[in-house]
Amino acid sequence: MPTVKMQVNGKSVSGEVESRTLLVQFLRENLHLTGTHIGCDTSQCGACVVHVDGKSVKSCTMLAVMADGCAVTTIEGLASGAQLHPMQQAFMDNHGLQCGFCTPGMVMTALDIVNRNGNNLDEATIRKELEGNICRCTGYHNIVKSVQAGAKAMEG
Amino acid sequence: MYEFTYHKAESIEAAIATLQQSDDAKFVAGGQTMLPTMKHRLASPSDLIDLGGIAALRGIEVNGDALVIGAMTTHATVAASAEVKKLIPALAGLAGNIGDPAVRNRGTLGGSIANNDPAADYPAALIALGASVKTNMREIAADDFFTGMFETALAENELIVSVRFPKPQAAAYMKFENPASRYAVVGVFVAKTKDGIRVGVTGATPCAHRGLRLEAALNKDFSPAAIDSVELPVEKMNSDIHASAEYRAHLVKVMTKRAVTACG
Repeated sequence: MPTVKMQVNGKSVSGEVESRTLLVQFLRENLHLTGTHIGCDTSQCGACVVHVDGKSVKSCTMLAVMADGCAVTTIEGLASGAQLHPMQQAFMDNHGLQCGFCTPGMVMTALDIVNRNGNNLDEATIRKELEGNICRCTGYHNIVKSVQAGAKAMEG
Repeated sequence: MYEFTYHKAESIEAAIATLQQSDDAKFVAGGQTMLPTMKHRLASPSDLIDLGGIAALRGIEVNGDALVIGAMTTHATVAASAEVKKLIPALAGLAGNIGDPAVRNRGTLGGSIANNDPAADYPAALIALGASVKTNMREIAADDFFTGMFETALAENELIVSVRFPKPQAAAYMKFENPASRYAVVGVFVAKTKDGIRVGVTGATPCAHRGLRLEAALNKDFSPAAIDSVELPVEKMNSDIHASAEYRAHLVKVMTKRAVTACG
């Protein structure tokens, strides 16, 4: 069985996987980082979004072996102890979630949006950029507000 | 997904050698189509050869009056490239509207054209721009590359290295997209080139094609009204749950008109 090594949330990890093991399975089942969710398993819903070498990817559509040697950031890597990341705090403050299932992917995508588009985001940009993330509770309105507020908060 | 043997290729030569030594191997680029296809058990290769580690397959170069884009260059890289935005902005726009941001961070130009999905965006651009596909063996004109539904001119042991896009005088791509998948229900790429107007159509038929009737009309009069009287063969159009053949034929003309207008 192949062995993979990667940096996950700043820590070196390694494990034996099958070739077909998806990155999301490795994160959840080998590393027990269950914050990254599997929603559709068909690369549509975005619940499994993590960052690989700083870029958002759908971890259900990448093999663990493909991430060998990469730096991976998951939702668990954002907070500092009890101090939430500003984007997480913005989702809390703006009621950007109801059931919470899509939220880890939404937050990871939001950070990717800020990385590429800066801290002053208009509503149209956010809605366009969230095309790959599906929420079935909120109607997106508060998610858009959360991303906008979180992006602003990250500036300071 | 059935189990397979994974190989990470270090070079083009190593990738080809591994393919030749394997029972039923496939190359994988970004995997954004390959992995879902394997999950559905529509493909079950014995070996998967990952091209992600081959630096020679990545990058964007300006070569005279043309752009040369490496096969493993992601859609996100093409969309954000200053060179692409400057030379062929319609191509940057096309790449930036494939799938969603996370898919664009993994999906590649070479993967898209090798797969030749009937609803993929890139084939329309290659056809309209008169691009050529460089492989480890030869150079193939876009007109000869896309041969049928999910079929290309690529031979068994052939690997796409890069695509050369000549700079057009003007170009525009208009897509009527499926709201869920962002695949083209119909997409039309119109380019004003030194050899006249070229039109690439995707989504409408089993394989992307040149809109020769549209080109003939637009070469006489480059205006949206010029194609009003063009009759398209409805019987050759795709018909599925997303759109009927008649509707697709209609959309081809509407998208063409919008692209002509956008060319200015």
